[in-house]
Amino acid sequence: MSAPILEMRRVSKSFFSIKALRDVDLTVYPGEIHALMGENGAGKSTLMKILSGAYRPDPGGEIRIEGKPVNINGPEGGRAAGIAIIYQELSLAPNLSVAQNIYLGREVSRFGMLAREAMETRVGPILARLGADFTPSTLVAGLSMGQRQLVEIARALHARSKILIMDEPTTALSAGESERLFVLIRQLRAEGLAIIYISHRMDEVYALGDRVTVLRDGTLVGSLDKPEIRADTIVRLMVGRDVSSFYKKDHDPTDDAKVRHGGPVLAAVDIADSRRVKGCSLTVHAGEVVGLAGLVGAGRTELAHLIIGAAPKTSGHVELEGRRVEIRNPGQALEAGIAYLTEDRKALGLFLDMSCLDNINLAVLGRDARLGGILDRDKARDRAKKAFAALGIRAADVGVAAGGLSGGNQQKVLLSRLLATTPKVLILDEPTRGVDVGAKSEIYSIIDNLAKSGTAVLVISSDLPEIIGICDRVIVMRAGQIAGEVKRTATAPLGQEEIMALATGMEQIDAR
Amino acid sequence: MPDEVVSAKAAAAPGLATAQESRRQRTRLVIRSVGMLPVLALLCVGFHLFSDGRFFTAQNLGIVVQQSAVNTVLAAGMTFVILTGGIDLSVGSILAASAMAGLIVSKFPDLGALWLPAAVFTGAVFGILNGGLIALLRLPPFIVTLGSLTAVRGVARLLGADTTVFNPSMPYAFIGNGSLTLIPGVLSMPWLWVIALLVILASWLLLRRTVLGVHIYAVGGNESAARLAGIKVWAVLIFVYGASGLLAGLGGAMQAARLYAANGLQLGQSYELDAITAVILGGTSFVGGIGSIWGTLVGALIIAVLSNGLILTGVSDVWQYVIKGLVIIGAVALDRYRLQGSART
Repeated sequence: MSAPILEMRRVSKSFFSIKALRDVDLTVYPGEIHALMGENGAGKSTLMKILSGAYRPDPGGEIRIEGKPVNINGPEGGRAAGIAIIYQELSLAPNLSVAQNIYLGREVSRFGMLAREAMETRVGPILARLGADFTPSTLVAGLSMGQRQLVEIARALHARSKILIMDEPTTALSAGESERLFVLIRQLRAEGLAIIYISHRMDEVYALGDRVTVLRDGTLVGSLDKPEIRADTIVRLMVGRDVSSFYKKDHDPTDDAKVRHGGPVLAAVDIADSRRVKGCSLTVHAGEVVGLAGLVGAGRTELAHLIIGAAPKTSGHVELEGRRVEIRNPGQALEAGIAYLTEDRKALGLFLDMSCLDNINLAVLGRDARLGGILDRDKARDRAKKAFAALGIRAADVGVAAGGLSGGNQQKVLLSRLLATTPKVLILDEPTRGVDVGAKSEIYSIIDNLAKSGTAVLVISSDLPEIIGICDRVIVMRAGQIAGEVKRTATAPLGQEEIMALATGMEQIDAR
Repeated sequence: MPDEVVSAKAAAAPGLATAQESRRQRTRLVIRSVGMLPVLALLCVGFHLFSDGRFFTAQNLGIVVQQSAVNTVLAAGMTFVILTGGIDLSVGSILAASAMAGLIVSKFPDLGALWLPAAVFTGAVFGILNGGLIALLRLPPFIVTLGSLTAVRGVARLLGADTTVFNPSMPYAFIGNGSLTLIPGVLSMPWLWVIALLVILASWLLLRRTVLGVHIYAVGGNESAARLAGIKVWAVLIFVYGASGLLAGLGGAMQAARLYAANGLQLGQSYELDAITAVILGGTSFVGGIGSIWGTLVGALIIAVLSNGLILTGVSDVWQYVIKGLVIIGAVALDRYRLQGSART
């Protein structure tokens, strides 16, 4: 084997006291496709941002390119070192032409005037080499996602990059476009480029990978050569850790309880939109906590948005306690008894400048009001105070602005707003994201109590131990579809490996 | 992932200092609500000294409040709009069109008494048209109201065939020039000012005591969250632009009653700027979600005091423009400064 093109030695990255990457050693050779895998939050993006120059690594580590130590400083540094990154969300300007995008920031000019033709002439051969079916003067806005990816690759080749990092390049592509991309990636490998291929999808890693490196909690836990690449080995490397004991689960999820509470409360039937969700059905019973697992981009949040009417459905319907309900907007969902906790509480949930009191009462103001619109302020204050006590919200007063609270307290304020509507179904999207450990445990206990009182709870989470810790049943989504369901039995807990296998599509590979 | 780690870390810290944080928030709230009141007081005292004691006289104060009345009413409507993060540039033109409509109706022999509702109704219709375009077609408020600024001005000129309409025997004309006697011989208040204060009071009740009020703040604070929380954002938007138009119509009626006349070309020219300035001076954030109607009242008074005081102290007309313009820029700079201290990130 030839000399390595990229060597990372003991590279770490901390944010305050938290280590996002810990002593990572990574070696990449020219002419190889090196797959990088790991759960959401394992440190893949951090590693990539260090290579692109977006983050500075902690002192002590070393990065060598073609044997020479380099100091990657800013996006220019990454480019100068011969590293090109193709991001999940492509970074092209749609209002500019293909050639202008490729030359972005390094425009060629003659006497101060843009040398447009010269740029287009030089881009032409690169596009031809990639087999592109568009010209350098085409506007990017008119290109498909697959074509845009070609422009990104052309930009990398034009910059004479030697290392190409691709971050989940197929998420936005159709099956045909993905196939063409694979052909191209193999061609680039044959031309001697080193390709770091980040993916969640087991089938892609099987098809492309010469080597697989797995990250977990910021640590490199293993590198496998081609003959050793086996799905079960990879999954074990990805999830291998203990489920800690702070998950509280006292509610009784047995079938008896379901009968006692009267069967399925929420049934989503064949829900689809035109893009991300392809015909999903699921049911949640009273007093049950159901997990909705899957990788980022699998369509879980989109499915929730379709159920509550935040986005338009193209097919399917929602049934509540056996009756079909028409839900066209989130207001109707709340009225019907379906409450949704958003994953992005700052952008989509809270009103940061408004008081906790207003935030908590917002959804029930109309119901509490007198004379069709006069606020009942005593009732509102009373409700907010009760919510503070019930959920243990720590703030000086119900009148302080929600924006000043800690993440956990903000989440509880938002949860209080939903609970004020006394929902039959509660859909929680990443309920513990950005929340400290103590508040996490409190939120688990709130969820547990809700289930005990008969609420049907659907928890969307990317945190596998969390899902396993609090859920009775887990529905797994992959690529916009329900990939399968994992049940808890009397003897065995929910299996991490099983969920991960469904989420990545590994079970199909093994069946082949 | 690193972003989450950072936010979790950052979020943990303020939880410990909640009491301190809330005290700081309250101080900020007080500063914000008192806001420009000290500036108003300083201006008054300053002008009194520089005009050889001609400012604090009953007659002059009467002039100041009378001059501020129409702008106060427009600014109240503008407060609703800006609280949702929007803008209404068309209020001056709507005022002119409403005044024209009012005067024309007042000349009908039998319907004359209906001129006032006619003016208010005209304003509300134009406002609802603005709101409909913004809420239902999702067009940017700046563009929509910039368009109606021009179009409605044209309508105002059309209404009177581009002439000045007079009616020396207008019903209820006392609201333009008469006063309400509070204590006979001692204290009376111009009707225009009484109307303005009633509008402020009604706006305050609406913003602070009704569900709709909370929804206005919510839409301005975070429109996506409002939509997800089940608030009918479109209805709120149509309401605020409708209210702004209605109050511009009322302003038109006040102006018409004061002059016994209206002219579609000249009436209400650039009134929208004074109204916006009053709202911003009053501490309402230009991006929406933060602000109070009392601040707007203070802002409108500052503008009136500034105009009156500059005349009293003999500053030339030309310099008045320069000074007022600088006040607008200063107000926006202040808005920026205020936003830095808020919880918004």
